[in-house]
Amino acid sequence: MGYDAPPMSTPSDTLPLIHARGLTKRFGEFTAVDAIDFDVAPGESFGFLGPNGAGKTSTMRMVACVSPVTAGTLRILDLDPNADGPRIRGRLGVVPQQDTLDTELSVKDNLVIYGRYFGLSRAEAARRGDELLEFAQLTERANDKVEPLSGGMKRRLTIARALINEPSILLLDEPTTGLDPQARHLLWERLYRLKQRGVTLVLTTHYMDEAEQLCDRLVVMDKARIVAEGSPRELIERYSSREVTELRFPVGVQETLNGELEGLGDRIEHLPDRVLVYSDDGEAVAAAAHQRGLEPETVLVRRSSLEDVFLRLTGRSLVD
Amino acid sequence: MAMLDAPIGDGGSLAPLTGPSVPRQSAWDAAKAAYEHMWLLYRRTWRGSIFGMFAQPVLFLVAMGIGLGAYVNQSASAALGGVPYIVWLAPALLVSTVMQGAAFEGTFPVLGGFRWTKRYHAMYATPLTPDSIAFGQIAWTATRSTLVGAIFCLVIIAFGAAGSPGIVLAVPVGTLTGLAFAAPIAAFMTTQRDTTAFNSIWRFGITPLFLFSGTFFPISQLPEAIRWIAWLFPLWHGVDLARALSLGTVGEEPVVMLLHLVILVAFAVTGIVAMFVMYRRELAK
Repeated sequence: MGYDAPPMSTPSDTLPLIHARGLTKRFGEFTAVDAIDFDVAPGESFGFLGPNGAGKTSTMRMVACVSPVTAGTLRILDLDPNADGPRIRGRLGVVPQQDTLDTELSVKDNLVIYGRYFGLSRAEAARRGDELLEFAQLTERANDKVEPLSGGMKRRLTIARALINEPSILLLDEPTTGLDPQARHLLWERLYRLKQRGVTLVLTTHYMDEAEQLCDRLVVMDKARIVAEGSPRELIERYSSREVTELRFPVGVQETLNGELEGLGDRIEHLPDRVLVYSDDGEAVAAAAHQRGLEPETVLVRRSSLEDVFLRLTGRSLVD
Repeated sequence: MAMLDAPIGDGGSLAPLTGPSVPRQSAWDAAKAAYEHMWLLYRRTWRGSIFGMFAQPVLFLVAMGIGLGAYVNQSASAALGGVPYIVWLAPALLVSTVMQGAAFEGTFPVLGGFRWTKRYHAMYATPLTPDSIAFGQIAWTATRSTLVGAIFCLVIIAFGAAGSPGIVLAVPVGTLTGLAFAAPIAAFMTTQRDTTAFNSIWRFGITPLFLFSGTFFPISQLPEAIRWIAWLFPLWHGVDLARALSLGTVGEEPVVMLLHLVILVAFAVTGIVAMFVMYRRELAK
């Protein structure tokens, strides 16, 4: 497929920053990414949602121009990663899944040396470094070593480092995995700020709340393929109902249910520890269950989330 | 964590992050940046490191050159070309010491770059290429080797153990010998996930070579059956060449000396090419 192929659902007319058609990555016999198509428009926040091993990181590494494309078309900033890798990388900011900070250097030196990699003068790298430390709320730690920083601080420093070259696209691979809730929210706030300033964000996550918070548009990946694409709201509307009623029965009871739940809501999912009933009115479902004489231990009515979308599409949960 | 409780600031005054603001840079600039990183790391420990670079030759020259030398000089002076043991030993010890430091630079920093701090992966996310990353690493090894050799040379001169002004040439020979070890070892270390191989390299490679490559006694003292082993590895070639340069005896065996040089260059160049290949393979997966 050539570069003239019509864009899938790019929200604007401008040339996509990232354009992938039939993008494939194989490691020997193993296919990590299986002929996926996607476009990312300037200023967009684009997400890859999927469980571990779905092919998200392999896709990100190809986009970051550090992993050769096995087959298909990939163009970034209208350039070919095979021919122009260093040039493209010069305009990307990369936040890898595992921190790659130099723990033997100071916080500030980590930023300055990174600026040097992008060909900035020492003075310019130091100037941008100071600004970014402020952005990352690490100014007071500028001369400290990296090692004793908390996980959240290291992540923020990694993001600051990825911004030293004022990138056109910021790639974030599982940006908040392993952080406590407070640190995650602070990080999301910082990323949202970047998004507002027009930075194009591309991120992978297996957290649905992260995808809902940060992504304008996302693709759901499972087993090396894209199984759905749209905004979080669109996906929920298309693949789930408005509300979900979660019924949790005493141990052993759920297995004995036989048809008692039939007709409750639009659709029913049996999870190992609970039953999910999808409908437009969760409270009505809960009342109906009660009328039928069912006695769940707990009843929870909530809005549908991307987790439900994923369950519907793959029959499995996101986080195992 | 006070920082997380603090109200969220305005995020500084960053320019809008849109346009391409990255200067184009040559492969040379990229390699220089990778090299600069190593200097930045060295800056943290340079005092202790320089002290060690002075202390080691002093200790060895006192113990081996003066202590052991007092006995050797009584009987073996003819076998050593008629010079005092310390003069015969010094240039060889310089090369052997540089070799050990360089071999080390080919192990832990390389393993760390790929596996621990993942410094190389961070570098590869920028315009740097695997080639420039490998070049930065080996160029730093050459710099450090030259520093070790130069300081060793100063100590030799201070001890009055220089056979001739040619001792100065032992420094570049040391650096070349260092690269002949460090580069192939670094290329090999790209395949390793932990330090298991490190111990083997030292126990079965570096230490025996250090002892049996003509540094402390001529290889003619070795049983004839194993003497050829010295020829296989770069250390003896560096030791013999540096010694001849220092004692001013290069003219006695010009062909052998040239051969030493060719073999050292061959090891270093092959090793560096292997580094480029292996760094590419390991980073661009």
